[in-house]
This record gives sequence, structure tokens and C-alpha cells, in this order.
Amino acid sequence: MEFLNGLVFLTNFVIIPATAYGAQLALGALGITLVYAILRFSNFAHGDTMAFGTAVAIKITAGLVALGVTLGPLPTALLALPIAIIVTGLLLLGTDWLIYKFYREQKAKPVILVIVSLGVMFVMNGLTRVFIGVRDIQFTDGARFVITVRQFRDATGLDEGLAIRTTQAITLVTAVIVMAALFWFLNRTRTGKSMRAFSDNEDLALLSGIDPDRVVRVTWLIVAALATTAGVLYGLDKSFKAFTYFQLLLPMFAAAIVGGIGNPVGAIVGGFLIAFAEVTITYPLKKVLTYWLPESMAPEGLVQLMSGDYKFAVSFMILIIVLLFRPTGLFKGQSI
Amino acid sequence: MTDNAYQDDRGNKDRSITKPGGGTAQPVAKGGKSTAVTGSAFLVGQGMTGGYGKGPDILHDCTIAVDPGEIAVIVGPNGAGKSTAMKAMFGMLDVRQGSVVLDGEDITRLSPQDRVVKGMGFVPQTQNIFTSMTVEENLEMGAFIRRDDLRDTMAQIYDLFPILKDKRNQAAGELSGGQRQQVAVGRALMTKPKVLMLDEPTAGVSPIVMDELFDRIIEVARTGIPILMVEQNARQALEIADKAYVLVQGRNAHTGTGKELLADDDVRRSFLGG
Amino acid sequence: MTDTLRTGLFTGLVVLLIVGTGVLDNWNLALIIVNYGLISAIMALGVNLQWGLAGLFNVGVMGFVALGGLASVLISMPPVPEAWSAGGVQVLGALAFGLAVIVALVASYKRTSGRLRAGLMIVLMIAGFFIFRSIFDAGVAAIESVNPASTGFLGGLNFGGDSGRDWPWIVVIGWPVGGLLAAGAAWVIGKTALGLRSDYLAIATLGIAEIIIAVLKNENWMSRGVMNVIGLPRPVPYETDLQADPGFVEAAANLGVDPVTASTISVKLAYSGLFGVFLIVLLILAQRALHSPWGRMMRAIRDNEVAAEAMGKDVTRRHLQVFVIGSAICGLAGAMMTTLDGQLTPAGYQPLRFTFLVWVMVIVGGSGNNFGAALGGMLIWWLWVAVGEYGPDLMVWATSALSDDSALRQSLVDSAPQMRFLVMGTVLLLILRFSPRGILPEK
Ligand SMILES: Nc1ncnc2c1ncn2[C@@H]1O[C@H](COP(=O)(O)OP(=O)(O)OP(=O)(O)O)[C@@H](O)[C@H]1O
Ligand SMILES: [Mg+2]
Repeated sequence: MEFLNGLVFLTNFVIIPATAYGAQLALGALGITLVYAILRFSNFAHGDTMAFGTAVAIKITAGLVALGVTLGPLPTALLALPIAIIVTGLLLLGTDWLIYKFYREQKAKPVILVIVSLGVMFVMNGLTRVFIGVRDIQFTDGARFVITVRQFRDATGLDEGLAIRTTQAITLVTAVIVMAALFWFLNRTRTGKSMRAFSDNEDLALLSGIDPDRVVRVTWLIVAALATTAGVLYGLDKSFKAFTYFQLLLPMFAAAIVGGIGNPVGAIVGGFLIAFAEVTITYPLKKVLTYWLPESMAPEGLVQLMSGDYKFAVSFMILIIVLLFRPTGLFKGQSI
Repeated sequence: MTDNAYQDDRGNKDRSITKPGGGTAQPVAKGGKSTAVTGSAFLVGQGMTGGYGKGPDILHDCTIAVDPGEIAVIVGPNGAGKSTAMKAMFGMLDVRQGSVVLDGEDITRLSPQDRVVKGMGFVPQTQNIFTSMTVEENLEMGAFIRRDDLRDTMAQIYDLFPILKDKRNQAAGELSGGQRQQVAVGRALMTKPKVLMLDEPTAGVSPIVMDELFDRIIEVARTGIPILMVEQNARQALEIADKAYVLVQGRNAHTGTGKELLADDDVRRSFLGG
Repeated sequence: MTDTLRTGLFTGLVVLLIVGTGVLDNWNLALIIVNYGLISAIMALGVNLQWGLAGLFNVGVMGFVALGGLASVLISMPPVPEAWSAGGVQVLGALAFGLAVIVALVASYKRTSGRLRAGLMIVLMIAGFFIFRSIFDAGVAAIESVNPASTGFLGGLNFGGDSGRDWPWIVVIGWPVGGLLAAGAAWVIGKTALGLRSDYLAIATLGIAEIIIAVLKNENWMSRGVMNVIGLPRPVPYETDLQADPGFVEAAANLGVDPVTASTISVKLAYSGLFGVFLIVLLILAQRALHSPWGRMMRAIRDNEVAAEAMGKDVTRRHLQVFVIGSAICGLAGAMMTTLDGQLTPAGYQPLRFTFLVWVMVIVGGSGNNFGAALGGMLIWWLWVAVGEYGPDLMVWATSALSDDSALRQSLVDSAPQMRFLVMGTVLLLILRFSPRGILPEK
């Protein structure tokens, strides 16, 4: 019983939030890893792409709600998501056409593209701020919980409760669907395979009749879908603020690199790894240990290993440790 | 520093933000048209002059041709421009002068993709497989421009290179050098090309496998596909060649049938070691 | 156009913009721009050394700037004796213990291997962490409980009177100390991130910058965290002192300026002078370094690392060197900035402003060209302030065709302050596209 209570407590405060956060990070890291694999640079504008996509979704959600269209127990934002993806996709295609394409034609070195992406980051950041402002925005509606603490306690008779918020459940379900679709696309479809071929060997892809421009276009569209989905899920789960999204860049990069940048499986594993580490190390574990350890050994302090502000430090320490031992990341990077 | 400011990466090697090893081709731009011409060989690079980027000319008025049922071989010292000539004929390099004609069409302005569609197949000298993809996926990518059923062609290739059938679900990067070359040739055959260009297909393979590869290549040539091939093993290559070219410093030094060149004293002395 | 002419024209443009601001708007604003512009120019010099000379991609400028700011507090603030006696020794002891654990970890990593190594390291890490925390937390709690509203931290090393006003010179000492602190951090980061087969400096610096800010926000015993340290001593006179000085009032009257304006302008000019001296010295040093054998070697490494390595150059070591020096310059600038601000506000450090804006300065000015980077710093800083200051007015004017109560107009005017980012990004993209080597290209 004690053990179960401890486990329920841990699940409620650490495992469930970390899983949801991990899924969001993984989706974000997937976008970064795809751009890296195919366009060969790290896209610093990715956090702001997420912010832009989410901002669009928020506006559309507001419009839908005003029209009286909702999804019942599910958040209306899910309905807005496909449209937001299309808008973001158009923005990315436009950015590519207006900006990145020129550098590809010049055969610019990847690091030049990284600097270009800094410029794009500034512009997108400004665009989002102008578009939706800098305030904190809550845009979730529908049912708040799938299971509430009370329901759980009544059902199990345990002291500790466990709640699953709708947004957490949705995050997980959506992330699983999106990831499965992505892997199916990359490994099973002609276009997906041509993207992998292009990432592996550009010249040979050209010799095989693969159209690089098409590969790049499809990549941006997928990145738009991944970024917008990740952004909307994160926003539903927590809240939307342009600056927070910019700050997600570090954990997302860390996730992508820990996993082996350029490798989608790595991005997913990296996302969950970073999320679990962040949440576990910055959450006070006193209660769990009180349940699990014999009374004499029960801890006095909060057993919060580090204060919450250090969550970036956690992502970073993991990154460094992994890179010291495996310079290419957990999974060999640089291929999709 | 380079001339092109966009290519100046200041020696940065930061792998956390950039992925090395992008393409080096400077292909003919998309959207060019072909025009009909008459009276030349099936595939011919006529008077090609050109080089990489803004650099000096590597090729100087170089001409190479091949007709159906023939094997044409290019030999020459390292750095002569053999690979460059092949790339130029495939549109992976924009020639400054000269033209490329395929089957009565001037294709000089066609992009590499369009040339694949026109029926050309090319196995480059290096990096000629997708290492992270399986053997079967490599073959599928070879047939990227085809929309019909690939199974027959793939079966033919597995017949030609039986070892590939056993390894078809293995990553091509995990194969041996000789097996990789087979994958590379197989990939190029997947489009059912009208002409096949091979840049040192036997590089790095053992003599036994080399003989076998030569046999396979002859087998392919018998089916009527003209083959243009660069070879380092000059003697062996000249023996099977219907037409042969010796390139020196980007220029045609000798041209003739394989037998003629084998008999030529000059060629023997300089390239065949006596 | 010759290089000198180009440099002259660019300098002229920057001077014109600043003088224009002074003449058309007000001189106080113009001098504020000059002062922060000089600091930005120094930061740009530091980044230019790293990127321009060695191709190192440092996206953690903010962290080094913040470390400089911290140093400026630790040196120029008066100490808090009660806090020191309450827990100072304990905290320092805990830190020393932590350091010893890290040294032991490194030693066991190097000396042992296999299972033994893994076991030893895990035990050391876990035991070390908890012992450290138990000593450290108690000390911190003691320090932070000392008069939390105004101090609650250890203070600095300024023993010059009550609020440190008797020792204005120590503030200037704090600036190079900021550089040293940043250099130390850079050495640790560079050592780990530059050593491997392929480096990963970008992600390492991005991360460390966030960590440094987290430390500053959290470790109240050291930096007062988000409660900010205010009232930092200055190296220059205070306006109120000047206004109370009869000599100064008389001099101002002779010039026909009222004493209040005269005092604010004088203080700013004094800062400009100090910062200007630093910038000029650094520029001279940077120019000499660039044209010295060392600079030529750095460029040789940058342009062809393989050849340089074959000639026996230790590339990693040189990279580490230049990374440390560049970061130190950023730290120096950061310390100067905190002094100029008169306060340390850890929450105010934002990557867009303190890392990426500096990058814009370098790229726009001309990477690889010291004058280019420095002038780029001034120019972009002017633009940054100008868009913030005049953007809203400009937007009101630009939208005057719309009716006053139009929602679109309202939202456009409201969002004008956010235009800064849009403008900076656009400028960067335009320069990258049409003048990829920057306004003053490297020779
Ligand atoms: N991508 C490139 N960019 C610039 N110059 C190149 C490039 N590739 C080859 N060259 C130059 O072109 C010349 C001819 O090279 P090429 O590869 O055509 O020689 P090759 O005859 O195929 O030699 P090998 O027998 O060694 O394969 C060489 O001097 C080489 O340095
Ligand atoms: Mg060759």
C-alpha cells in the first residue's frame, strides 16, 4: 500500500507531466532534426516557428469559439490545428522561397544558413509579437480532466490521488499519431525515401532524378506540421507566451543532439530523456521517499535536487555528459 | 577566404549546428530545353570545355562518344579529367563550351534529372550508394523517376548480382567494397537506362570480383545498352573496349578501338607500363 | 572605394546619426546611445575575434556579459559584514568542498577505468552532492536571512565607506575582473566543447549562458537574484553632488546651461570618456593582434585548418585561446554595462538582446574587420534605440490615414515596440543577402 501510494504520487507529479512535456519536446526536436538532416543546418528560428504556428491556432480557435463551434470535451484548438499548420507551412515555404533558396543556389556553407536563420528568428519573433502580443494566453477549453484525483481515490481506495488532464492525454495521443505517421512516411513512401536519400547523399540523389527543390518543400511542410503541433500541444498543456517558446529552443536542441542530431528516433528518445530529467531533478521528491523508505530513513528536506530555475542546466548537463562519452549522441546522428 | 562570400564558413566545424558533406555538384539548372540534331553518335560529348565553379578549365575541347552495343572506355592518368568529363556529360557540371547529344537530341541545357528521364544512368566514382539505406531502398531510389511496377527490373538485377538479393534488407553502408559497387551499378540500371556511364566501377575490388564485374558489364552491353566507362585497369579495359579514349590533362590524347590502342607503342609506353 | 575611405564614411554615418539624434531630439538621449553603443562595440569586438578571426560560433554572449555584471557587483558593492559572519565562511567552505569533489571526479575519471571508475564516480557524485547541499543550504539560508529587504547577500569588496562612494576607482577595477571571470568560464566551456573530433561549441555556449543566468537569478546570497542589486557605486561623480558644487554651477552658468542639464550631460560624458578609452585601447590591441604573427596564424588556421595542422599548429589550443580572449572582452563589456545601469537585474538578460543582437552587430558591421564590428555595434545600437524611441511615433504617423478608433490602427500602434525585432532581423537578412561580408569587409 505504501509502495503503491508512493508510485501513484510519483506518477501524478513526475511521470505524467514529464511524459507530456517529453512528447512536446520530441515533436519540436524532430522538426529541428529534419531541417538539420536535409538542409544541413540548425534552424534557430524553430522556436519562433512554433510560436507563430501556435499564435495562428489561437486566433483561429478564438474565431471558432466566437462562432459557437467547439469540440465538446476536447479543446477547440485541435480543430484549428490543421488550418494553423497550413498557414505556417505557407509561411515557411515563403521564407524558403524568399530567403533560403538564394543561399542554396549559391551553394552557401551551412554555417551561413545558421546565421541566416538567426535573421529569420528575429523576423518571426517580431512577427509573432506584433500578431498576438507578448501576454500569457490560455486557450484551452472543453473538459479539464480525463480522471480527477477524487475519481481516482474513490475508484482505488488509495490515499494518494492521480489526475490526468485532458491536455496531457491529448498530447500523448497526438504525439504518438504524428510520430507514427512521420516514420511511416519516411520509411514507406516514395517521397519519404527520397528525403532520406537526399539527406544521405545529395549528389547521388540528383543523379537518381530526385528533385532537390521538391525534397526541400516537403521538408518545410513537415517541419511546419511538427512545429505547429508541438507548439499547440505545449500551449494547451501550459500556456502560450512568445518568449517561452523562444526559450524552448535550448531543451529542443539538447534533445535533438543528445539523441544524435539528424536522427528522428534519437530526437524522440532525447525529448523524453530531457523532459524526465528536468522534471525529476527539479521536483521535490520528499513524499515519494517517505512512502518508500523505512520510517527511520525518511528524508527531512524536500529532496528537491535543484531549484526549478535550473531546469535548463539539467538539459545541458545531460547533453554534456552524453557528448563526452558519445560525441555523435545516443543514436548515430546525421541520417534520417 | 573564397571568392564567394556565401561559401566562406571561416573554417567553422561546429557539428551541433551544421552537417558536413553537402553535395559538390554544380549541375545545369532546371528548366533547360533540348533540341533535335542529326548525324552524330548515340551519346556524344562534343568539344567539351569547362571546369568547376569559377576555377580554371579542366576539360579542353574534349570529345567522347558511344554507340549502341558498344563499350567505350576512357583511360588516362590520375587527375586527367576523366571523372570531370563524365560529370559534364551527365550535366553535373555546366560546360562552358561544347555540347552533349543523346539519341539525336542536344541535351546540353538539360538538368541531371531531365537527363535521367531521357534515359541516362550514371555510377559516379565515389559516394555512389546511399549508405544509410538498405540495398533494396538503394535500388528503389535508382528507379525514382519510374512510376510503374519495379519488381521485374529488381528481379533482373538480383539475377545479375545474386549476392544483393541476400543482403537486400541490410544497410548498403555495411557491405564490402565489391558489394557496394554492385549496388551502385544495380542502382543505375534500375531506370532501364538507354545508356550507362560507369566511373571506375572496379575501384577497390579484388581481381576475382573485378573479372566478375567486367563479365557482368559485358553482359549488360550485350543487351544493347551502350556503356561508357572510365577504368584504371587500362589493359583489361582496353581488351573489352570497342572504342577507347586516352585523356591527358583534359584533352583527347589518343582515340581508337581498344585493340588499336593496345597496339599503339606510345599508349603502351605511357599508360600500360611497357 | 579604398578601405580607409569606406571606414571613414561608415564612421561619419554613425557620428551623423548620433549628432542628429542630439540636435533633433535631445543630447541626453544621444549620449545614452553613445555610452551603450561604446559598450556594444566592445562586445562586438569580442565576438568578432571569435567568429571573424577563428570561425568560432559563440551563441552564449549573454552568459559572459552577465558574468561581467556579476563581477562588477562582487567588486564594487560594499560588503555585508553580518552576512559574512552569519554564513559566508560556510558557503565558501561548501563551494571549496564542491570543487574538491569535482577534482576528485576528474581524477577518478582519468586514473581508473571500467566498473571501478563507474562505481567510484557515481558514489562520489551522489555523496558529494548531498554533503555539499547540506553544508551549502544552511549557509545560504543564514546569509539570505540577514536583512533580506535590502541586503540578504554577501555584498562585494568595496571597503570605501558606507555605500562605497569613497572608492570610485574600485568600480573600474571591477571591469577587468569581469573579463577574468568570463575568461574562466570560457576556459571550462572551451576545454570541453572544443576538444572532441568535431566541436559543439554552439550548443555548449547556448546552454551555459542559460545556466549562468539561472545561477544569477537563483543564488540570492551572491547576486540577490531577482530582487536585483541596486545602487551600484560609480566611477564618475553623482549628478546631485555636481549640482551642489558651487564651482560646477558657476561653470554651467558661464556656458549658459542650467545646472541640472549640465550635470546629467557631464556625468554621461565622463562615462563616454572612460568607455571610449577602453574601446580605443581594445581596438588598438585587436588591430595589432590581427596583424601580428599570431593573427596571421589564426587566419591561416581558419582558412585551411588541415594545412595549418600539418605545419604543426595546435588548432584546438589556438581556438581555445581565442575563445577565452573573446569571451573575456564580452565579460569586460558586461561589467561596464552593469556599472552604467547602476544595477544588476538578472531577469533582464535575454538572449535576443545580449547574444543575437551582438551577432547582428558583427555581421552587419563586417566580420573579420575590427573597425567594422565596432562601428556595427554603434550603428545597430543606435537603430535598436531609435526603433524603440521613434517607432511608435512613426507608426502613429504612418497609420494616420486610418481613423482614430480603428482597431487595426490601435493594434499596429500598440505593437510598435515589438517592431525592433522585425527591423533587426530584416537588416541582418538584407546585409547577408546583398553585402554578405558586411559594411566593412575584411581585407
Ligand atoms: N569538385 C571539384 N572542384 C574543383 N576541382 C575539382 C573537383 N573535382 C575534381 N577537380 C579537379 O579536376 C581535375 C580533374 O579531376 P578528375 O576527378 O576529373 O580526374 P580523374 O581523371 O577522374 O582522376 P582519377 O583517375 O584520380 O579519378 C583535378 O585536377 C581535380 O583537382
Ligand atoms: Mg576519377
